[in-house]
Amino acid sequence: MIDIKNISKWYGSFQVLTDCTTTINKGDVVVVCGPSGSGKSTLIKTVNALEPIQQGDIVVDGTSITDKKTNLPKLRSRVGMVFQHFELFPHLSITDNLTLAQIKVLGRGKDEALKRGLKMLDRVGLSAQKDKFPGQLSGGQQQRVAIARALSMDPIVMLFDEPTSALDPEMVGEVLDVMVGLAHEGMTMMCVTHEMGFAKRVSNKVIFMDAGKIVEDCASADFFGKPEERSPRAKDFLSKILQH
Amino acid sequence: MALNLDYSFLTADVVRHNIVPGFEYALQLTLVSAGGGIVLGTFVALMRLSSIPFLRRFATVYVDALRSIPLLMVILWFFLLIPPGFFAAIAGDFGLAHRPEFSAVITFTIFEAAYYSEIMRAGIQSVSRGQVMAGYAVGMTYSQCMRLVVLPQAFRNMLPVLLTQTIVLFQDTSLVYAIGAYDLLKGFQTAGSIYNRTNEMVLLAAVVYFILSFSLSMLVRRLQAKIQIIR
Repeated sequence: MIDIKNISKWYGSFQVLTDCTTTINKGDVVVVCGPSGSGKSTLIKTVNALEPIQQGDIVVDGTSITDKKTNLPKLRSRVGMVFQHFELFPHLSITDNLTLAQIKVLGRGKDEALKRGLKMLDRVGLSAQKDKFPGQLSGGQQQRVAIARALSMDPIVMLFDEPTSALDPEMVGEVLDVMVGLAHEGMTMMCVTHEMGFAKRVSNKVIFMDAGKIVEDCASADFFGKPEERSPRAKDFLSKILQH
Repeated sequence: MALNLDYSFLTADVVRHNIVPGFEYALQLTLVSAGGGIVLGTFVALMRLSSIPFLRRFATVYVDALRSIPLLMVILWFFLLIPPGFFAAIAGDFGLAHRPEFSAVITFTIFEAAYYSEIMRAGIQSVSRGQVMAGYAVGMTYSQCMRLVVLPQAFRNMLPVLLTQTIVLFQDTSLVYAIGAYDLLKGFQTAGSIYNRTNEMVLLAAVVYFILSFSLSMLVRRLQAKIQIIR
């Protein structure tokens, strides 16, 4: 479903991504991990062309993001994205956050958008908050609304960019629960995360990055189950992250 | 020195005939050029933040030029350079008869847009890059993202400053006196010269400007506390 082919990206003269290649199939739950500054977040943002690439190509559901003829807004409307800092629209109520893009981008009617939005809000367990504003919710609740906002668009794939990194520890669980539920329903997901428990239990594939390169790209079972087969950099990362 | 102030001539009739029309025009000039200036200024701000070098360049020159010339000069130049036919074209005989008034509205709109655009630029930049990303991520185009996500937040963040600038604009309308437009100051001055009481009227004009501007400033301060977005 997502084909990342030999992509490279520079910020000025600094290369953030070097020749990255991977494939994500329908129904895959892929966890992207690695030390900070390794290019994980940049990689995931290139998938819906929020970050442009200078070399290579990404094909999402048959559509190339580098093709000049591609309607990027349309492509992005089919790719759900969840950000580290939630990025709900603070000037709009929760209901409006859920329906805005459905109405303005997908052209749905108000009633249909509201029905779909509230259904997704119920799915993340926050129906009671529908008339509040984002600033009145806790971080965990905001992130769950952000997931509901993305799901309201009926995406073919969901991208998660460190969805729990900005949360207080006691709120991480509620967001992960929603993500686990999604994965079990068969949603195709790409998640940049440090939650190795989630990676171990839910993902079927792990991409390990270091210094802008994909160092490991293997089944989760192998990544966690056969550490002896891993590269030295990944071993080092795993030993630090798993020892506690 | 005794000032010998005498306001006995100042009847309701004088106020109605001389001062109220001036006040109405000052108010119209303020509201129309604030509205026009904010709209135009928003476009200039978007151009200044654009990724297209030509637009950025144009907007920078526009803002820098107008902010480096005294308003009074712009008012005079505009009035003297625009041919009467222009005013006839936009408002017919009425436009010809009120050339200074029309000229001032256009001048103020163009001039204030430069100041409003800097306020809007700061407002747009106060909206985090993540909000723009979120807008794009749900499939919005540039213009949707600006209209639905960035500008509403920018306006809210900047409303007190926009209003304060508008109060300054209201005070600056007194400058159109120079091209003979019938504004608030001209109203006082006219009444003063008819009854040979210019000192009284100029003094009163200052008091009226002060009371209006000061109370509006107080209102803005109250509003500021009310409208802040809950974060």
